[in-house]
Amino acid sequence: MSDLFSAGFANLPDYLGQHVLLSVSAILLGLLISLPLAIAAYRMAWLRGPSLAVASVVQTIPGLALLALFYPLLIIISAFTTDTFGFGFRALGFLPALLALTLYSMLPVLRNTITGLTGLDPAIIRAARATGMTPWQSLTIVELPLAAPIIMAGIRTAAVWVIGTATLSTPIGQTSLGNYIFTGLQTENWVLVLFGCISAALLALVIDRLLALAENGFAKRSGWRLWSAFGGIVVIVGVSLFPLFGHAGETITIGTKSFDEQYILGSLMQKRLNGAGFATARRDGLGSTVAFHALTNGDIDVYVDYSGTIWANEMKRTDQPGRAAVMAQMTAYLQKKYGVLALGSLGFENAYAIAMRRVHADELHISTLSDLAAHAGGMTIGGDYEIFSRPEWRAVTAAYGFHFAKQRQYQSDFIYRAAASGDVDAITAFSSDGRIAQYDLKLLRDPKNALPPYDAVVLISAKHAHDRKLIGALKPLIGAIDLKTMQQANLMVDRQTDKRTPESVAGWLDAKITH
Amino acid sequence: MIQLENLTKQFGAGTPVVRGVSLRVADGEFLVLIGESGSGKTTTLNMINRLTEPTSGRVLIDGADVRAGDAVSVRRKMGFVFQEVGLFPHMTVGENIGITPRLLGWPANEIEARIHELLSLVQLESAAIVNRFPAQLSGGQRQRVGLARALAARPKIMLMDEPFGALDALIRDELAADYRAIHDKLGLTTILVTHDMTEAFLLADRIAVMRDGALLQVTTPKELAAAPADDFVKRLIEIPRQRAEKLAKAMQSA
Ligand SMILES: Nc1ncnc2c1ncn2[C@@H]1O[C@H](COP(=O)(O)OP(=O)(O)OP(=O)(O)O)[C@@H](O)[C@H]1O
Ligand SMILES: [Mg+2]
Repeated sequence: MSDLFSAGFANLPDYLGQHVLLSVSAILLGLLISLPLAIAAYRMAWLRGPSLAVASVVQTIPGLALLALFYPLLIIISAFTTDTFGFGFRALGFLPALLALTLYSMLPVLRNTITGLTGLDPAIIRAARATGMTPWQSLTIVELPLAAPIIMAGIRTAAVWVIGTATLSTPIGQTSLGNYIFTGLQTENWVLVLFGCISAALLALVIDRLLALAENGFAKRSGWRLWSAFGGIVVIVGVSLFPLFGHAGETITIGTKSFDEQYILGSLMQKRLNGAGFATARRDGLGSTVAFHALTNGDIDVYVDYSGTIWANEMKRTDQPGRAAVMAQMTAYLQKKYGVLALGSLGFENAYAIAMRRVHADELHISTLSDLAAHAGGMTIGGDYEIFSRPEWRAVTAAYGFHFAKQRQYQSDFIYRAAASGDVDAITAFSSDGRIAQYDLKLLRDPKNALPPYDAVVLISAKHAHDRKLIGALKPLIGAIDLKTMQQANLMVDRQTDKRTPESVAGWLDAKITH
Repeated sequence: MIQLENLTKQFGAGTPVVRGVSLRVADGEFLVLIGESGSGKTTTLNMINRLTEPTSGRVLIDGADVRAGDAVSVRRKMGFVFQEVGLFPHMTVGENIGITPRLLGWPANEIEARIHELLSLVQLESAAIVNRFPAQLSGGQRQRVGLARALAARPKIMLMDEPFGALDALIRDELAADYRAIHDKLGLTTILVTHDMTEAFLLADRIAVMRDGALLQVTTPKELAAAPADDFVKRLIEIPRQRAEKLAKAMQSA
């Protein structure tokens, strides 16, 4: 437990800093757009309907979807600007998160500002004109100050929404307090999930209280309230952002995809890099293609991917020349096309494989996929939501002529349990999953090489491809982790009792490699 | 001198609410504009300081068309007082009074001095009231502050739209008398709109009677009483006398 908590606190400065930077930028940018728009809509009534309608529609898009939408959109725009103007930009991380959250912040500010201004006593506005104010003076001296409490209430709502929704920017590569939540969900580490939720909620609560004080200050025209509110916000933002500027020298950013093995390997590489004197940052829980693009874009400097993934998704290859040839061709391809260095395989594969209960398999004398094909007609196979529509599945069924009696789909955590309990006869599994050993499942061999190899490969961005110190720090990991060790490590994080954090398992792995 | 020349105002496609109003108000004169509700008094007054722009016709101040320059500087040269007063609720009494001088860029110490001068002119206890907000004043005090605000930049012309309408009778008479004294003392030119014929008789140098957007008669109170232009005007000026008689009767029988 205390292990879990200290892991939480260790990342707090980075996560909180990034979270605050993102939220504050989004709120400020949102104000920059929605305040003038609201004022324009106040002066020009025809603008009110359309602007509120657009902001409301944006609001109905779920936060996660809105964030996710900006990534492909920015890739397209970036490709366009690269072609037309010769420069592109990062489609991942801060920018899409900023844009999505900015949009998200607009409705309450827009609505409250318009309501606040249109609701003013017409006699007072007439008096402002009669005393000789220009429209601008009337706005700044009379209308905005009088509407300020209502506008402030809108800003408050926007701030709370943005701070809450910012936790969802983790999957598009922007570090936030959501990293706790997503890592926690993946590793079924509920303490970490709670830690993330509570820290984000606390931040939102404190900012909300300070903005409420400001709102009150405007309503009561009380100077000390306004000053203490804005002073408090400046202090919180300043303290949160401080660690972000604290790093001397260059920071190596380590990426991970969203599953346990990736978190363990990410922490392992981080330990090695820190040991070699590098400052490091993490971009955790990236989507699979997102991670690769992040590396080629230079948004992250190093992460672990799997040879078969790059072979199929990036190189668009469907042939199967064998494990060594895939590695060699992939390495050459990445070097040539992106300048990315594939440092080498860690020593194990995390491949699609088919597994059975060991007793059951032995009873039927099944040890290869060819053996399985003979029995498939009377069997049920279980898989995750994805596998049966993937090319790997088509390849393997074509090669062995499988015809299973039934297919069942499970959330990936339950597949192994389904196999162990006999709900299904065979499952599609990930070969390095710790639960294969835990439930005493047997991985069936693939004599026809129908399934592509999935060697875990350390990839280094073009910028650091010739960085000897960095390569020197990671090189000892190459070939150092066998399948059994990785399964064991994964199990320590996956299992329900005596659960450990990815960081602490990385420490265990680190020690094992050194010996 | 204020000249209205054939002023007409039509809102949208409706019938005109002010129709061909022509009028001259001499410097130093106190003119009361009276008429039924909806007859176009406010609209006429608003066209003088360009809160409303006329459909046709002109307003000349000392011979110059008010629409020649910009509306803001025209308004800063005239004081305007509303029935609703329209004090800015987020500003103190002092800040309210000082607003037009501030817009005109007067130095702060001059504004400060002017605020105190005006408060004593409208007979308010300066020290007690200058830092209060409008919500902390009585209706009569509020209207006095509104008057002070209108006078702040030393306008020569005062436009007043039922300024005392919302006050109780006692305060109303008192304030009306006080204002007439200020008008005389400062040599102002005033156009005051009212429903109340008694008030018109007590305050005005001349009375202008308005009906359905047109002027029926413009003359001194004495002349108006002696020779009303038509039955409507006659009925209008009968009202105060009838009320006085009713009152006398009621008091006798009591
Ligand atoms: N902005 C406007 N749009 C359309 N019609 C208006 C507008 N302002 C005034 N009117 C109409 O013009 C007519 C004259 O209005 P005005 O306010 O000048 O009358 P008034 O003599 O001041 O009445 P009261 O004594 O009730 O204040 C009324 O019928 C009114 O409904
Ligand atoms: Mg009126």
